[in-house]
Amino acid sequence: MTQSITGAEILVKSLQKLGVDTIFGYPGGVVLPIYDELFKHPELRHVLVRHEQGAVHMADGYARATGRVGVALVTSGPGATNAVTGIATAYMDSIPMVVITGQVPTKLIGNDAFQEADIIGITRPCVKHSYLVRDVNDLARTLAEAFYIASTGKPGPVVVDVPKDVVTNQAKFEFPEKVEIRSYKPTVEGHIKQIQKLAHALAEAKKPVLYVGGGMISSNAYEELAELAKLTRSPVTLTLMGLGSFDSTNELNLGMLGMHGTFRANMAMSHTDLVVALGARFDDRVTGDLTQFAPHAKIAHVDVDPTAISKNVKCHIPVVGDLKDVMVKLLAETRAMKVDWSAKTADWLKQIAEWEAKNALTYVKKKDVIKPQFVIEEINRITKGEGIYATEVGQNQMWAAQYLTLKRPRSFITSGGLGTMGFGFPAALGAQAAFPDRVVIDIAGDGSIQMNIQELGTAMQYRLPVVIVILNNGFLGMVRQWQELFFGGRYAYTCMEAQPDFVKLAEAYGAFGKRVTRPEEVGPAIEEAIASKRTALVDCVVDREENVYPMVPAGAALTNMLLA
Amino acid sequence: MKHTISVLVENKFGVLSRVAGLFSGRGFNIESLSVAPTLDSSTSRMTIVTRGDDAIIEQITKQLNKLIDVIKVNEFTADEEYVVREIALIKLNAEQENRAEILRMTEVFRGKVVDVSPKTYTIEVTGTENKVNAFIEMVRPLGIIEVARSGKVAMARGRKSLG
Repeated sequence: MTQSITGAEILVKSLQKLGVDTIFGYPGGVVLPIYDELFKHPELRHVLVRHEQGAVHMADGYARATGRVGVALVTSGPGATNAVTGIATAYMDSIPMVVITGQVPTKLIGNDAFQEADIIGITRPCVKHSYLVRDVNDLARTLAEAFYIASTGKPGPVVVDVPKDVVTNQAKFEFPEKVEIRSYKPTVEGHIKQIQKLAHALAEAKKPVLYVGGGMISSNAYEELAELAKLTRSPVTLTLMGLGSFDSTNELNLGMLGMHGTFRANMAMSHTDLVVALGARFDDRVTGDLTQFAPHAKIAHVDVDPTAISKNVKCHIPVVGDLKDVMVKLLAETRAMKVDWSAKTADWLKQIAEWEAKNALTYVKKKDVIKPQFVIEEINRITKGEGIYATEVGQNQMWAAQYLTLKRPRSFITSGGLGTMGFGFPAALGAQAAFPDRVVIDIAGDGSIQMNIQELGTAMQYRLPVVIVILNNGFLGMVRQWQELFFGGRYAYTCMEAQPDFVKLAEAYGAFGKRVTRPEEVGPAIEEAIASKRTALVDCVVDREENVYPMVPAGAALTNMLLA
Repeated sequence: MKHTISVLVENKFGVLSRVAGLFSGRGFNIESLSVAPTLDSSTSRMTIVTRGDDAIIEQITKQLNKLIDVIKVNEFTADEEYVVREIALIKLNAEQENRAEILRMTEVFRGKVVDVSPKTYTIEVTGTENKVNAFIEMVRPLGIIEVARSGKVAMARGRKSLG
């Protein structure tokens, strides 16, 4: 007969059974029994953060970089509420994650007990699913279900709320061999008839565009994507979340589309006769004015989430299923067809090349002033697209998306859906914790970096050599850009007049710090930062009022681009 | 347009708030709602009446299906597809002079007197929304003290079942 063990032991054993090697967390009253158990299991690495939001973003970055479920552990009440932004960020970008929150003892729930918060209620609209575990006998099964739900179908965060008595009570440890949830059966296999329809549409289209989103990365179908584009000679445009799924140096890659998309990508979307949406959801930042979006096109849409189909744009060929499964079948179908693919799209690719020749991504280089785009180009020159790049949110994110060379999936880590400032640095730490030997760079703004800069402490404690590159313009740059363009140049509260000395700040934590003000200093500073093998911060003082172009004003048609 | 949706869910705490939150979070209105366990006590059946065009209803049913605790969703549009009923309890002033009239109306509507006191009758009426409305209008002049109406329950006609 198996012996009874405590809930805390069950929790730790379950995490180990689930293959967890790293937890990002912060202790507190009701989770003390769990921490006491973690103390006995040093093989299960616990990364002590400085703020719970940081823990969840780190788990998120870990998940994005590895494809595995990220795990965060926080205490009840404020610990749990601090985690909410991180959970919502992961939810919007469909990132597999399990967040374990402590809860007050079951008999105190609802009594306004010390550090009590109804975290299940608070997070309900921003989780894929959540559990309040009320009986220690349910704990192992619940954790198994949480991991299963987080990582299958359309991935997403799952909250498991564990009251204190549940971790101190005892039960026999019975870990389920297999998870079976009768009400949760995501559609994995795409319907072959629909896939054939899509293949035929592709064979007939003269101006096809493969419009690729984050689903391509979460379903690991990028090799099939490269094959399909090559075989059918179809150009590929990527959403912010899709970046990395298709080599940005490939001639068929049009770059990102949408509000700050390339001229050729937005023109192609506006003139195409067939949009093949692959794991993308027709977000408003991508489509612009819906009535003028892809006006001449048939829309085919492959997605694991049926609610994404025909939500914003009416779809003619829906395919529900996991992208990997669908792409494999679609490739087989298209390979079997007798079509002269290169002759068919030759004129279309020529037209796209003309658009590119007319308005390629560009900026005016200056001798004495660092242009933010130049910083990204220097990062490309030094890291050759082999690094992992996280971004904060705003101009830094868009310049990174436009100018970074990305050669492999899971190398671009950014908060696309929620647009969470302060995400990049902790997410970069999560990625670095998973890949200690890779170069990990957080491309930041001077505003965003201050939102989670306390995680420098975590970085130093665990020797995570992330390089923060601040594009420092002394403004909340993207908001300032909107004020310049749409609010008569009235810069209402977008200038942070009091800035810390970022170099001294880095040094105060024991990190490497360097400030550069001239273009020729940028590359050497970044090289020195990487070579230091320490957590590093390079503060690049850039052209203050540089704007991100092209830009489609919010709600305008994609053809309505401001180019400079 | 009015739509009736039957939803089979896990009989667990918190499921109702997930369903209700799905509606409120997207600005969809719930016109009526009823929930109770089914023959299998591990599941509950919800009947939700809502309004919206076809695209909205399609989103609602897909979103309901996406909830982890939802087992099955069935949406009814055409009247001939399904039967739908609600129940109402109506407490009336029952003075000597209108007691007979109340009983007569109750009989016409095949209602039942479920509580009697020296000054009141409480009547139970079941049927479609229109029938319940009609009864209420007929007895309104007699003096209604209060009305309690249930949400609707619906079921497909013929062999089709939600499970």
